[in-house]
Amino acid sequence: MGSSALRPVKESADEARFPHSLPPDGLTRKGPTPVPMASTPTLPPLLRESGQREVFCGLTSIVWLHRRMPDAFFLVVGSRTCAHLVQSAAGVMIFAEPRFGTAILGERDLAGLADANEELDRVVNDLLERRPEIRTLFLVGSCPSEVIKLDLAKAAERINTRMRGRVRVVNYSGSGIETTFTQGEDGALSALVPLLPSSDENQLLLVGTLADGVEDRFLTLFERLGIGPVRSLPPRQSTALPAVGPGTKLLLAQPFLSDTVRALERRGATRLPSPYPLGVEGSRAWMAAAAAAFGVDPNLVAEVLDPLVERGRRALAPLRRQLEGKRLFLMPDSQLEIPLARFLSRECGMELVEVGTPYLDRPLMAEELALLPEGTQLSEGQDLERQLERVRAARPDLVVCGLGIANPLEAEGIATKWSIELVFSPIHGIDQAADLAELFARPLHRRQLLKWN
Amino acid sequence: MELTLWTYEGPPHVGAMRIAASMEGLHYVLHAPQGDTYADLLFTMIERRDRRPPVTYTTFQARDLGGDTAELVKRSIQQAVDRFQPEALLVGESCTAELIQDQPGALAGGMNLGVPVVNLELPAYSKKENWGAAETLYQLCRTLLREQLPAPGTPRPSPDRWRAEGRRPRVNLLGPSLLGFRCRDDIKEIRGLLGEHGIDVNVVAPMGARPADLVRLPEADANVCLYPEVAGPLCSWLERQFGTPVVRTVPIGVGATRRFLAELSTVLDLEAPEANEADLRSRMPWYSRSVDSTYLTGKRVFIFADATHAIAAARIAADELGFTVVGLGTYSRELAREVRAAAKELGLEALITDDYLAVEKAMGEAAPELVLGTQMERHSAKRLGIPCAVISAPLHVQDVPARYAPQMGWEGANVIFDSWVHPLMMGLEEHLIGMFRHDFEFVEGHRSHLAEGAPPRQAAAHEPDVAAVAGSSMAAAANGTAAAGATATLAPPTVTEGTAVWSADGEAALRKIPFFVRGKVKTNTETFARDHGVAAITEEVLYDAKAHYSK
Ligand code: SF4
Ligand code: SF4
Repeated sequence: MGSSALRPVKESADEARFPHSLPPDGLTRKGPTPVPMASTPTLPPLLRESGQREVFCGLTSIVWLHRRMPDAFFLVVGSRTCAHLVQSAAGVMIFAEPRFGTAILGERDLAGLADANEELDRVVNDLLERRPEIRTLFLVGSCPSEVIKLDLAKAAERINTRMRGRVRVVNYSGSGIETTFTQGEDGALSALVPLLPSSDENQLLLVGTLADGVEDRFLTLFERLGIGPVRSLPPRQSTALPAVGPGTKLLLAQPFLSDTVRALERRGATRLPSPYPLGVEGSRAWMAAAAAAFGVDPNLVAEVLDPLVERGRRALAPLRRQLEGKRLFLMPDSQLEIPLARFLSRECGMELVEVGTPYLDRPLMAEELALLPEGTQLSEGQDLERQLERVRAARPDLVVCGLGIANPLEAEGIATKWSIELVFSPIHGIDQAADLAELFARPLHRRQLLKWN
Repeated sequence: MELTLWTYEGPPHVGAMRIAASMEGLHYVLHAPQGDTYADLLFTMIERRDRRPPVTYTTFQARDLGGDTAELVKRSIQQAVDRFQPEALLVGESCTAELIQDQPGALAGGMNLGVPVVNLELPAYSKKENWGAAETLYQLCRTLLREQLPAPGTPRPSPDRWRAEGRRPRVNLLGPSLLGFRCRDDIKEIRGLLGEHGIDVNVVAPMGARPADLVRLPEADANVCLYPEVAGPLCSWLERQFGTPVVRTVPIGVGATRRFLAELSTVLDLEAPEANEADLRSRMPWYSRSVDSTYLTGKRVFIFADATHAIAAARIAADELGFTVVGLGTYSRELAREVRAAAKELGLEALITDDYLAVEKAMGEAAPELVLGTQMERHSAKRLGIPCAVISAPLHVQDVPARYAPQMGWEGANVIFDSWVHPLMMGLEEHLIGMFRHDFEFVEGHRSHLAEGAPPRQAAAHEPDVAAVAGSSMAAAANGTAAAGATATLAPPTVTEGTAVWSADGEAALRKIPFFVRGKVKTNTETFARDHGVAAITEEVLYDAKAHYSK
């Protein structure tokens, strides 16, 4: 998992400059929307920061992954802090038998790795005995387990040999020294890649967790476009892993899956470059990218998607009126910041003050970056106090940020939107564009409603 | 290694954060990876705090580990001191940093920061949140009071020195902190209570205190240990070092508040409080004596909480509400002895665990009618269909109400009466609703006072509402003790095909039974008649059946 260390910065600031520019997509334009081309607004130099970060670690993604795969269990091997993080981030108290837990390391485990391994085997045994319905067990590494070099890959191998046939054990790291928030999903999915069967079959593979309903909707639309078969990673059943091979075209539903994409590419799959399916424009471009790769007649694409685009824009219109001209500051958190900034600026008319991102994976963001308005200030990494100073100085109308910062900013009179909601809500697709915009309009609308005199 | 699906307490550094965030002018530099910043949300979301806790995290990454993380620590400390200019600085580490042994506290000690530095060593792999809070408060005070320590052999201050000094007695209130249960309101309540008894508050800590206030702790004539989980070690230390007596009764409940006042007056050499003060100041004693509360008698209650609230709840339940305590436990291992003793008094074996599933299991086995617990017990109780009131941390946003809702003192007793008794009534109500679901009165929208909701022939509101009386007569009825009563709305009892036939006197007797149990009595009687081969249901059969079912 060393390769998934917080993306080291690979490119120089100059590479952030793009020579040409393209006017933003006119929202009033009728007829088929072309797939946006990877062209090139001029962006000021990337602001790189390496101070205090305020972001969850990759363990957090267990919260949505375990819901996606109800036959899987996520066992964090870590500390009480890790257990507390997952339950606090999830706000969970309601499960009789949750499908995630923490094997909390004790002093004895730290004293000797031999004991720690034995103990882990014991915990896993007990767990699997009590939960015979578990088909896949994810051993999730944490900072403490990484620092004491507890080899979870070995542990997984050991348990796999013993449990052969009953349950599959997979390991990845969600540690905070290596991963942020959504990167945990990248770890989990890339750990699954070696287990995918091989197949040369031509297929479309959707990569990244989508809400089930949203995914069903996409499947319907792909069917109407004559694209198929369409499979998903992660699948809804952890045992129903999709195959992968040279015929596989990857369409990324989420932007934080760098390692997974690279692992799939090594298995012969090809990534279809596209903006992410957020907003009308991004979602249309996303499906159109698949259509182009599958040789679908552009007229059919227009026939299937353009009525949806029309409807989507109509639904968006009243929200655009609320958001238009409002100034938006995105703090680095979910890694969705750049696609969201693109949607909120181009389709909702918001002005971007600063777009923060935990790390910038340029190849995976190329199509998004190309659609950002001229002069968008991007920042990578974080220096929390300095960033908050910029927020205070800019007095934006809305700040997208984590739960730790939201109320303090509200108390300073700055409206906020929690980013964590974005990874739990069905926000993908043309039909969800208005719902997505509403998430940002709501805090502003609420401020207008409240009166105290 | 221990499998944990959910935990009552966070790691010990979260306890330290509670102390830092409760105070003013204090800052905490925490050597920890980025994920650990989640803890901010405990304060900003659950407590709805309007500012981030005063914590600077180093957020070191894997790539820092090869290099000089000590430098990163020093840089973070310097920046935090420069930016926040605290009066005192806590320096410590979370679980991961503990493993890499940078010793941030020692590093800070060598930096000439110009402020007192407290080196926090909180073993993350063996201790938990409350312990961390207590240790932090203790270490902080120890550091700040170092210069004032009396020479060995100095005589203890006289408990009535206030008299000699011509002032009112004064005490410290120790223990209230953020993420503690209702601390904000308890402080107000206890401050008022003490004021009424001529006692001043010297310092409240940690909540709202500055480091400079902690320096004044020895000026108090006594320390009130409001929350032993957080203030126990500090109070003992102050007693040992400064000879300050400790008032250890936690004033939750009417009796405990009385004992608290009595203890205070002994310690401070004050006149004993009036015997009837509780009746004058709290409604709870009367509410509990009033006839409406008769139905509370012997209700089986299961209690699981932090030690402070569990012990207090057990006492209130048994002594002040006439409940039967059928289970008592805590997750506060540090105070297990005290909880065991409280359980023993009630003839119980205390449950000491931090495994919520073990608690749920014990709860199920105890078959209680009411659960008093944490938010987790609320969920467990819900699964078991048992009403529950929350009495203890860990906090949920609902446990920080907008209204004034203390647990301590006279008003606290009132709040406790309401918040424990209402879920019980709700539980009964649900039970009744389930029971009468098949009654025609009920089926036809009987629960609504709205004209359109009520059945046509009964639109007028002339009978007491189910909810309003659920506590008394209905409850008695539900227990099968009130089979006959005032004549209510009469509707002819319908005789279902294929069952025994009701005789005229049987029907008449049935009509005399209150509508809300009539359906049940009717069914029971018919079942009885069928089982006993009775063809005609007379008045006598009805009473035979009643006797049969009340066995
Ligand atoms: S940052 Fe590390 S130690 Fe903290 S919760 Fe995440 S994995 Fe655990
Ligand atoms: S008051 Fe009368 S009408 Fe209203 S719910 Fe009670 S019984 Fe029905």
